[in-house]
Amino acid sequence: MIVNILMSLVAVVVLGAIAFAGGSVPGLQMVFGIWIPYAAAVIFLLGFIWRIFKWAKSPVPFRIPTTCGQQKSLSWIKHNSIDNPTTTKGVILRMFFEIVTFRSLFRNTKSRVIGDRVSYEWEIWLWLAALAFHYSFLTVVIRHMRLFLEPVPACIGIIETLDSFFQVGLPVVFASGLVLLGAALYLFARRVLIPQVKYISMIADYFPLFLIIGIAGTGLYMRYFLRVDIHAIKQLTMGLVTLKATVPPANVSPMLYAHLFLVSALLIYFPFSKLMHMGGVFLSPTRNLANNSRIKRHINPWNPDLEFVTYEKYENEFREKMIEAGLPVEKES
Amino acid sequence: MNEKIKIIAGVAIFAVIFTCPLWINMGKAKEAPVPVLAEKAKAAKACILPKDEMRAKHMKILDGWRNSVVRDGQRIHMVKDADGKEKEYEMSLSNTCLGCHTNKAEFCDKCHSYASVNPYCWDCHVDPNAKKEASL
Amino acid sequence: MKIKPDEMLKINTKPPKAHWMDVPPDFSEGKYLYPAKPKTLEYLHLPNPRDWSPADEDWKLPENWQKIIHDGFKERLDKYRSLKVFMDICVRCGACADKCHFYIGGGDPKNMPVLRAELLRSIYRNDFTIFGKLFGRLAGARKLTPQVIKEWFSYLYQCTECRRCSVFCPYGIDTAEITMMGRELLNLIGVNINWIKDPVSNCSRTGNHLGIQPQNFKEIIEFFCDDIEEITGVKINPSFNRKGAEVLFVTPSGDAFADPGTYTFMGYLMLFEHIGLDYTLSTYASEGGNFGLFTSSDMMKKLNAKMYHEAKRLGVKHIIGGECGHMWRVINQYMDTMNGPADFLEVPKSPITGTVFNSAASTKMIHIAEFTADLIRNNKLKLDPSRNDHLRVTWHDSCNTARAMGLLDEPRYVLNAVCNNVFEMPPSTTREYTFCCGSGSGTNTEEIMEQRLRGGLPRANAVKYVHDKYDVNMLGCVCAIDRAVLPPLMDYWVPGVAVTGLHELVGNALVMDGEIERTLNLRMEDLPGAEGDTDE
Repeated sequence: MIVNILMSLVAVVVLGAIAFAGGSVPGLQMVFGIWIPYAAAVIFLLGFIWRIFKWAKSPVPFRIPTTCGQQKSLSWIKHNSIDNPTTTKGVILRMFFEIVTFRSLFRNTKSRVIGDRVSYEWEIWLWLAALAFHYSFLTVVIRHMRLFLEPVPACIGIIETLDSFFQVGLPVVFASGLVLLGAALYLFARRVLIPQVKYISMIADYFPLFLIIGIAGTGLYMRYFLRVDIHAIKQLTMGLVTLKATVPPANVSPMLYAHLFLVSALLIYFPFSKLMHMGGVFLSPTRNLANNSRIKRHINPWNPDLEFVTYEKYENEFREKMIEAGLPVEKES
Repeated sequence: MNEKIKIIAGVAIFAVIFTCPLWINMGKAKEAPVPVLAEKAKAAKACILPKDEMRAKHMKILDGWRNSVVRDGQRIHMVKDADGKEKEYEMSLSNTCLGCHTNKAEFCDKCHSYASVNPYCWDCHVDPNAKKEASL
Repeated sequence: MKIKPDEMLKINTKPPKAHWMDVPPDFSEGKYLYPAKPKTLEYLHLPNPRDWSPADEDWKLPENWQKIIHDGFKERLDKYRSLKVFMDICVRCGACADKCHFYIGGGDPKNMPVLRAELLRSIYRNDFTIFGKLFGRLAGARKLTPQVIKEWFSYLYQCTECRRCSVFCPYGIDTAEITMMGRELLNLIGVNINWIKDPVSNCSRTGNHLGIQPQNFKEIIEFFCDDIEEITGVKINPSFNRKGAEVLFVTPSGDAFADPGTYTFMGYLMLFEHIGLDYTLSTYASEGGNFGLFTSSDMMKKLNAKMYHEAKRLGVKHIIGGECGHMWRVINQYMDTMNGPADFLEVPKSPITGTVFNSAASTKMIHIAEFTADLIRNNKLKLDPSRNDHLRVTWHDSCNTARAMGLLDEPRYVLNAVCNNVFEMPPSTTREYTFCCGSGSGTNTEEIMEQRLRGGLPRANAVKYVHDKYDVNMLGCVCAIDRAVLPPLMDYWVPGVAVTGLHELVGNALVMDGEIERTLNLRMEDLPGAEGDTDE
């Protein structure tokens, strides 16, 4: 299983190295700076949509929410309208908490057998790391919009101000980048250190983690150590989003190309991987359906017509015994 | 059917968000700003370092100056010019830097706001030229 | 059981060195379920009837079994979005791992829900994904070999489809859904188990899992009525297959068959008699449970069809369902979709209290706990909870009513009205976090007793906690399988705790019109104090 880790690591390092080398060659800057990012964006967008529609093509034949609270029944029994919703509003709230606060993961417990007792303790770290990881990633992505929008909208400035709340270092340190790297490293560490999680982990788990660690690492390195020329980089990124892309000046570090290429790799990999949980979580039938199948009939589009043992067949088989036992019958003989 | 519409709407929102830089910038794409040198700066010909280095390191130098002045009371920055002659500069953002680059808006702010960099220099320091205008 | 509890508790949670794909399943005696008999499969028109044993090297699969599985998999991916999404989006975070009772009690990594799903996912990747086709095992894919089928058989029947893992999964991935699909696939090639197929075939023929024929069903109930008369002095004459009754009552046949479910059945009869409910029992729709749920959606539909079919024939207004777990999963989540619309019935309205059950406006079927809770709330029952004072009761939420319905507080309301001493188990083991009995989804058979005791450990251990702390001596539940399997589980892990259905407790506390002074409970045991009174 070490093999899985090594192969993922090597793959990411090789990808980064290729782009670093390519970015150092003037002729290839066009490829790594412009064509690959364009291709990646297109593959990501179309792949994502393709995947969602592929899922959507299959119907939801049955209403199978996992109910995590009291159902709606008698008026005087307190109904848990979020964890066991019966209305669209309830479902929206449930999905909101699921997607925005990772509510189910928040429930996480760790169970252990100690002596003759099975004990359960609240295990918050996975939830915390997951939350830190996703929100810092989101913040980093939003902050990067400063490179893709001109003029830079005020809201991005506000996020930057909040993100650099502690005003440490120069250029001022954005917490999100460090948190992203830290959380990704934590998620990697628990994959390796918890034997059960290590046992189930595959290349498909390590590879995207290393990609993200690589992206965060190259990004932080450029900002805080190389101090790349942000002005020149914005010319490249603005060129990309205004469809007038030009290769940036030669003095921009090839590290930029490594960073950009890893991001492109992530975008291309995304629609074909587990990362699609981003879209899939919206389509999970155990969460996005109301538990109202006793109130309103749910339709199965392929509901088959099946022959079953009807009462008539049953009576035909047991008529005499039924008559003898004094049970009412439809036909006397 | 209703459900299909919801999915299509969701996908559409996703696509719009992902592509937002394309259409937000559409039609108003501006050229990257170039810092403009004020007359005094042009006349001075040389700064404390060559242009490219200043571009990459000016924030670091200013940070060093602040520490040097505030903590050590050391206010002099020595520079050897092209002829090997030593030249003294006072470590002062308002007086030295903006003394030459009298056009903060054109020289500093343009690029800073292009790259969405908000240096907190101006939390304390004032632009002497702007002050003049304000007092008029 | 040869293994002593303290040995059973020594659980090795260390995963093996070998990759899980290289660890073969264990088919030594006691580790596998007995396969379905050829006769049973023939009766049900299911494929590949034959004599075989999981311990055999050759399982006598049909010639084109790989194609059958591949096509069956594809068909189900196209029919169920749940399967497609769940195959794709797992990130293997491991949050589900120690939520499964089989994993907690046994430590086998393939009983971690995530790995159980990977058993199918690996084939899915191989057959249906680009990465799987390109990179094979590196992408977590593997070829479909006979060993895969054996592994599926072993581990898909070490899941009781209790859905506890899906409560904790950040994407709501429901292993029950995956297990159900896997079991359907195995059924396509004739790999199925006797303990499920026999009840299914019985239910098709006689109307109930146990194969009770109409005349015997009537006799059994009449026998209950004799006991009730002896205990209470009240003579009950329930009707069978009666047209024109207001209510059809359907409960799992297990309640008619074995203790302590029988006492629960007696409780129903006493309650209905006492309130004068116009109801009838059916010898044809004499099964609330549905082992079709553990076979295939088609089989589930066929077995379930009887309820509405019989309700329509008898012309009742609505249906009341008895205490059963998976029965209510089917009724809440499948029945109306499969066999509805029940437009020949009326929205259930309690004839006693006038309460309209709008929460069953479409299925027209209510749970007896809902019905009884409403009666008690409206003071329609005279209850003497002190008759249950010798009991110190804790409440076991059944998986299906908890996580596929949300019936949590109705039974508790009834319980607290009929018992004075009620103690809750720790919150991480009740309500939506409840633990399975370890023998659900058609695995409540003797041959795998160790598996059942291990799977039941978390539940039993929580009972032990309240047993030690509060002297709890009775475990209440609303599930017929629970009533059948919790007694041996308690005997093994927590001796001194007995098991009861909710309506047994109701029957004991109920003060019926015209009853004699009670000296016996429904189990024909002396009521505490009753003996003492005569001594004084």
